[in-house]
Amino acid sequence: MATYRRITVMEDGGVSIVRFVDKKIVDSGTIEQLGEELSALVTVEKKNMLLLNFDSVEFMSSAALNKLISLNKKVKDAAGRLKLACLRPEIEEVFRITRLDRVFDLRKTQEDALAAFKL
Amino acid sequence: MSSRQPIWSCDKNLPSDLDAGHGCIEELMAAIEKAGWEGRDVFHIQMAIEEAVVNAIEHGNKRDPSKLVHVVFNVFDDLVTLSVTDQGQGFDHHNVADPTVEEHLDQPRGRGVMLIRELMTEAKYNDKGNSVWMRKEKSASEN
Repeated sequence: MATYRRITVMEDGGVSIVRFVDKKIVDSGTIEQLGEELSALVTVEKKNMLLLNFDSVEFMSSAALNKLISLNKKVKDAAGRLKLACLRPEIEEVFRITRLDRVFDLRKTQEDALAAFKL
Repeated sequence: MSSRQPIWSCDKNLPSDLDAGHGCIEELMAAIEKAGWEGRDVFHIQMAIEEAVVNAIEHGNKRDPSKLVHVVFNVFDDLVTLSVTDQGQGFDHHNVADPTVEEHLDQPRGRGVMLIRELMTEAKYNDKGNSVWMRKEKSASEN
């Protein structure tokens, strides 16, 4: 498995569980690198069942949201599924305001998200 | 605008450099927390000022090193006012495509302006569109 600097990846029953290294995802260099690493998971490592666990993320800018939108397209193109879990209420509010809660499958807990992959 | 003296204020010109912008935002956020702000209000202010400063540097000044971003921040115990002005061409803020309609949901543009308007108590752009002024009143639940 490749070495990543902005994320950690753990496998669980065919699902790649991704956690974020940075508490605040705002710096443009960090966001670019994060986007590249998430993209590589799908296009290089051929992972297409992704669960992004946000439990360590306190803040993210709209530039980071754009990377998630891009990842979502790549996962769909790879006939995969993407789920987001453990977003703190303020970040979930941003998804709601921007209607991105209609684009992404948001789950309260990692367990909820893992169970949803089996549906 | 309040006539009271702010607890903390800042009036400076930043280079069109994201590191300088983030450094300035960190100072602002530290002052806000020191002034007793917390929770959702702090998150909302940080989201709005991040979007405003990054927009000014990247889309306004296009990272041109000869151009500056003028920021004025005032922090009170129950009110924060922020203005961000770039030296770019501005934009037509009356006609930003709605990022929440179905066909724009997967497009990258327009979300920053929308978040500023939604998360702050008030946000106004000048006619040219190169300057935004905004204020956040402390939420009743967090007083």
